[in-house]
Amino acid sequence: MINDIWILATASLVAAACALVGVFLILRRQALMGDAISHSVLLGIVLAYLITDSRALPIMLGGAVIIGLLTAWLSDTLNRVGKLQNDASIGIVFTLFFAIGVILVSLYAGQIDLDQECVLYGEIAFIPFDTLHIGGGKNLDDGFEIGPRAFWAIAVVFIIVLISIIVAFNRLQTVAFHPKLALSLGINIVFWHYFLMTLVSMTTVASFDAVGAILVVALLVIPASSAYLIAKSLKAMLWSAVAYSQASVAIGYTLAYQLDSSISASIAVSAGILLCLTVALLEIKKQRQRATATAQ
Amino acid sequence: MEGFALFPPPSFWENWLHFWRFEDMNVLWVLMGSVLLGMSASVIGGFAFLRKRALIGDALAHAALPGVMMAFLLFQTRDPLIIFIGALCSSFLGFFLIDWLPKNTKIKADAALAITLSFFFAIGLMLLSFIQGMDVNNKSGLDKILFGQAAAMTEGDIKLLGYVTIFILITVVLFFQKLRLIAFNQAYARTLGIAVNRYELLLALLIVMSVVVGLQLVGVVLMAAILLTPIAAARYWSNQLAHILIIASLLGALSALISTQISYLAPAMPTGPWMVVSLSVLFILSLLFAPQKGLIKQHLNYKRLRQKVAEENILRTLYKLHERHQFSRHHFTQADIQSFRSMPSSCLQSTLKKLNRQGLVQSSSQGTTLTQAGLKKATQLTRRHRLWENYLNEQAQLSPEQVHQHAERIEHILTDAQEVQLQQELRNSQQDPHGNQIPRATLSKEGGGKN
Repeated sequence: MINDIWILATASLVAAACALVGVFLILRRQALMGDAISHSVLLGIVLAYLITDSRALPIMLGGAVIIGLLTAWLSDTLNRVGKLQNDASIGIVFTLFFAIGVILVSLYAGQIDLDQECVLYGEIAFIPFDTLHIGGGKNLDDGFEIGPRAFWAIAVVFIIVLISIIVAFNRLQTVAFHPKLALSLGINIVFWHYFLMTLVSMTTVASFDAVGAILVVALLVIPASSAYLIAKSLKAMLWSAVAYSQASVAIGYTLAYQLDSSISASIAVSAGILLCLTVALLEIKKQRQRATATAQ
Repeated sequence: MEGFALFPPPSFWENWLHFWRFEDMNVLWVLMGSVLLGMSASVIGGFAFLRKRALIGDALAHAALPGVMMAFLLFQTRDPLIIFIGALCSSFLGFFLIDWLPKNTKIKADAALAITLSFFFAIGLMLLSFIQGMDVNNKSGLDKILFGQAAAMTEGDIKLLGYVTIFILITVVLFFQKLRLIAFNQAYARTLGIAVNRYELLLALLIVMSVVVGLQLVGVVLMAAILLTPIAAARYWSNQLAHILIIASLLGALSALISTQISYLAPAMPTGPWMVVSLSVLFILSLLFAPQKGLIKQHLNYKRLRQKVAEENILRTLYKLHERHQFSRHHFTQADIQSFRSMPSSCLQSTLKKLNRQGLVQSSSQGTTLTQAGLKKATQLTRRHRLWENYLNEQAQLSPEQVHQHAERIEHILTDAQEVQLQQELRNSQQDPHGNQIPRATLSKEGGGKN
């Protein structure tokens, strides 16, 4: 029972953090960048682990942020220097990073407690068994148990994301809706672009244990897109994205319980179903308006 | 354990030889299949790339996953054809969704791609985890399509792969002209009466087919690179679509060759990632070393141009110094040159040294002087500069203050023919807008003949 609560708490934090960051990705038309970073973060995690031999949160976050920013910078450079289309340069960079990551995972399969499947859909059901302890020194089982490490990882990142959005709300708003105005106001767009990419990298790596590299794309993009369809302001969009994400967690968890399927995949599927429902409702509304318009 | 010690595992080298002797017929088939796939995916990826849909392969490959799982769930078989048709259906659904969302809702094209990709993939994984919880036969290996495993392919898989890839290649060759026209200029193709929509559908079908058929080999996750990277690399080698596509297919085939070997030598290794890594290496090599558009070549060209401009600027400065002294004084110091054209001494010295070597100037203790050849070249440059100034002044109504900057740039690239043409179009080819004499053309014509 207590395990279920930990799983639900982790999942809803992951979904909320992803939804918040995803809103800015959608508004900045950087959805593919989110896809790219969530893939290449794998390389960051594996390299950080192989180099430092530690799974401490700051190291994982550092490795992921470096690789995430490198992905963004490299695709930008390839776009400018190599004169490639924007999406093509993104595609080339992230597939290479992800491929190297997978190769490293299969080379050092014994040393890293990652495997190819876990890379893809995470192991949210096993999260409660990997716990953090306070005090107790070397022996991990000593000391006071404070809960799953994945939970604390995403909790820290969620707070960072929340504070960033509250503090920099106006800046982010201007950059998201009107980059040219922001430029003329003297706002450093490049800085805010890479700031957003940093948030994406951190969110992705903290969600990695829970949902893996690819399903995190669903959580980044789908609730934010649903919110984009109905919201009329940035604040409303942020709130409704979080609402959509929490609803998907609730529905997805129930679905997984009923069908005995992967929890993280079910959450992503329910996010997609909610988007489909939203689109369908909007279409029906549009049809009805058209019908009344022709009737008059 | 002792039994194993008697037969040490074959070395890497022996394995490799074994691979290339094709003692195992299966190896030959897998190799041919993957080479064919590399070729057809690269070619069809080229058209997706031209339509500015470089990442469509990524989304379609992910979208195929639920189809594979559904087909297995419904028919409980691993028959390649049934799995193929299932994947084809769900991939097409994904293709339709990517098209439909941006047209009918506020959602943008890039978000539509990411949504389709992750939603379909999630459905696929959900079904996969559901299947793994079920009690059915031969469900193992179903997850191999996530990353691809060449060694695990069955004979049926390879036969299907062969048929489909050959079909794709032949179709592309047959309809090449029309596909090319549509890729570059859809509106024009429509005015010519080509049924653009029908060919769009054909292209979509070919893309979906080549993605789906490659899943066993490359895997869902990295299929994007197989469509995208070869064409991106081939673009640096040529400007002609036919050549680019042929080069892309060769690159695709080469990477398939490399990765199949690795997959055979180390069976635990997934094939897809190695194919992507070898493709990326080929891409980086092309980006750097391609003969015309490679970065190194471009950098060299740039440096050569800068060198040429620096040399010609000094020649012209010397000419102006001559002119100032009514061609009576012949030796000028570096300070004289720098008083006319400010440039760092180190740069001036190295450029003078190069001019010396070419026999265009002669440096002695008295200073630098133009040789006969140098004077000829300097006169020609000055003539071009001043003709151009006149041209801008007369024909483009620019004031004399505005024309110098333009002429300063164009003097380095005007040709002999253009010089003659300029003179013919000018009413006044005696004096430039600043009142300086334009040197006569006889010198440059002699020089032009030799160049």
